[in-house]
Amino acid sequence: MSLAVRCQNLTKTYDTGGQIVTALSNINLDIPMGELMMLVGPSGCGKTTLISVIAGILDQDSGICELFGENLQRLSSKEKLKFRAKHIGFVFQAFNLLPALNAAENVAIPLIINGMNRHLAVRKAIELLSQVGLGERWTSLPSQLSGGQQQRVAIARALIHNPRLIVCDEPTSALDHETGLNVMHLLKSVALQNDRSLVIVTHDARIFEFADQVAEMDDGHIINVKNAPLRT
Amino acid sequence: MGDKGKYIGIIMGLTFASLIMTQQPAIFVGLMSRSYSFISDLGLPDIWVMDTKVQFVDDIKPLQDTELYRVRGITGVEWAMPLYKGLLKARLTDGTFQTCNVIGLDDATLIGGPPTMLEGTLEDLRRSDSVIVDIDGATEKLGKPSPIPGGKPIPLKIGDNLELNDRRAIVVGIAKSTRTFQSQPMVYTTYSRAKSYAPKERKLLSFILVKTKAGQDAHELTERIKLNTGLAAYTQAEFKELTYQYFMHNTGIPINFGISITLGFIVGAAIAGQTFYNFTLENIRQFGVLKAMGTSNLTLLRMILLQAVLVGSIGYGLGVGLTALFGYATRHTILAFKFPWQLLVFSGAGVSIICIFAALISMIKVFRLEPAIVFKG
Repeated sequence: MSLAVRCQNLTKTYDTGGQIVTALSNINLDIPMGELMMLVGPSGCGKTTLISVIAGILDQDSGICELFGENLQRLSSKEKLKFRAKHIGFVFQAFNLLPALNAAENVAIPLIINGMNRHLAVRKAIELLSQVGLGERWTSLPSQLSGGQQQRVAIARALIHNPRLIVCDEPTSALDHETGLNVMHLLKSVALQNDRSLVIVTHDARIFEFADQVAEMDDGHIINVKNAPLRT
Repeated sequence: MGDKGKYIGIIMGLTFASLIMTQQPAIFVGLMSRSYSFISDLGLPDIWVMDTKVQFVDDIKPLQDTELYRVRGITGVEWAMPLYKGLLKARLTDGTFQTCNVIGLDDATLIGGPPTMLEGTLEDLRRSDSVIVDIDGATEKLGKPSPIPGGKPIPLKIGDNLELNDRRAIVVGIAKSTRTFQSQPMVYTTYSRAKSYAPKERKLLSFILVKTKAGQDAHELTERIKLNTGLAAYTQAEFKELTYQYFMHNTGIPINFGISITLGFIVGAAIAGQTFYNFTLENIRQFGVLKAMGTSNLTLLRMILLQAVLVGSIGYGLGVGLTALFGYATRHTILAFKFPWQLLVFSGAGVSIICIFAALISMIKVFRLEPAIVFKG
C-alpha cells in the first residue's frame, strides 16, 4: 500500500511565555494514497498542529513527516514552498477567499503561483467552477456568494493545480447541515480522484461517515485510528 | 484588499503630504524670488554698484552723485547710470497715506524702467511731474476709494494725480512689474524728480547701474570697480544671490516654511504608514493563505510594493494637481507662488520615501508571518 503521508514519532512543543506546551507527542500516523483521513478530537488536542506539520507549513521539533516519500524537513524553505505549491491543496474553515478577486481569479491563484499565465489560469478556473456547479457565478466576488458557494470555490481552488494531497480544516463547520453534506459529497467525489488523498480536521460528527479512516486525538496523542466510520 | 474606505484613506494621506510638500515650497520659492524680483526686472545692466554696507536690494545706503562719474571713468564700462530707490509716502485723494517704492531713472536714457508698459510709454516720463505706476499698485493700494462702502477701489488711470511728499505727481503710464517682497506699489519717475520727492539728504544715489563693454568680463570689471572706487560691485546674479542669502539667513521665512513642509511630510507618512499597516494587519490571514499555498516572500513583497507604488502615484498626482490648481486660482492675487520642476522632483522623492516606509513596515509583518496562522480559528 503506497502512503501519501507517513508520520513517525512526531513531537511539537510551543513556548508560551516561558511555559512549554506539548502540542504533539510521539505521533505515528500513516495516510494511504486515495483515502480520506479525518482527524477528530476536542479543542486543543493538537489536530491543527498536526495538519500544519503534514501540510509543511510548520516544522516539528523531532520525528519524521514524509509526504509521498519526501521528508519535508530536509527541504530548504524555497524547496518546501515549491513542494506545497505543487502537491498540496488547502480548504479552510473560513473559506479564506481573497475578497477583492472574483471566484475565477480566486480559483486561479494556485496555477498563477505555479507559474501559469494569468489569462490561461482564469480560463481553467472557469472550467473547474462549472464542474463544481458555479459556472454561472465565476465573475462573482466572495461577498456575493453564499457560504456553501464560497466553500465550493475554495474546493475548486484546492483542486485546480491537481495536487496529490488536500488538507481541509473544518470544511463544514461554517455551513448548515445540508450544505455541509453537499460540500462533503463534492469533496469525496471530485477530490479523491487520481489517487489523491484528503486529510480533514473536523468536529462535525455528521460527516464522519465520509471518512475511510478516522484518527482520534487527545492531549497531543493519537489515541485511536479506526477504519470504519465512528457514526453512520 | 477590497476595502475602499481604507484605500481612499491612504490616498488622502499621500495627497495631503504631496500637496503640503509642493504648495508650501511653491509659496516659499515664490516669496524668495520676489526678494530679488526688482533686480530681475532690470535686465539691461550687467553690474550693480552700491555702498559696501548694502546687504540686500531694499537695504539702501545712499552714495554721493559724484561716485557715478568715478565709475564711468573705469576701463571696461560701456555706460553707468544712476538709480534712485526709496520708500516715500504718497497721499491719496481721500487723504490717506500709502508708502510707495519710488524708482528714479536716469533722466536722459530712462534706463531701469519697468519691464512692460501697459498704458502710455516710458518717454512720457519726460513730461513735467510725471510718474508711471505699476498695475498692481494702481488697482489696489493706490486706487481711489470706492463710492460703495466695502467695494473695490477704483484703479488709478492716466491723468490722475498723486501727492508725493507734498509735491504733485501726474500718472502718465501704467506698467507691469514683478511684485516685490514688500508688495509696495512701484512708482517710476526720473532720477532728478525722484530726488525732489525725497526728503532732503546729502546723498541720494541708491545704485549705479553699469553695462560692460563688449568682450569685457563682468567679474573682472566688478573687481576693478571695487579696487578703484572702494564701493561694492556685483554682477546681477551675485546681487540676486546676496539678497536671497540675506532673506534666508536673517528672516524666519525658511524656518517657518521648513516646519510646515516637515509637518506635512510627517503627518502624510503617519497617515499613509498607519493605514497601510492596518490594511496589511486586517488582511494578514489572506497573506497567510497565499504563503501556505506556496507564494514566496519575494512575490508578496512585489504585491505590497505594487500597491504602495499605485497609491503613491495616485496620491502624488492628486497632490501635485491640487497645488497646480491652487497656483492657477491665486495667479492674480498678492500671494507669492512659483512652481518650478525641481519641486515636482522634491515632492516625488518625499512621497516615495513615505510609500517605501509604509510598505516596509507592512513587509516586515508579512515576512515574519507564519503561514500556520491560516488554521487558527
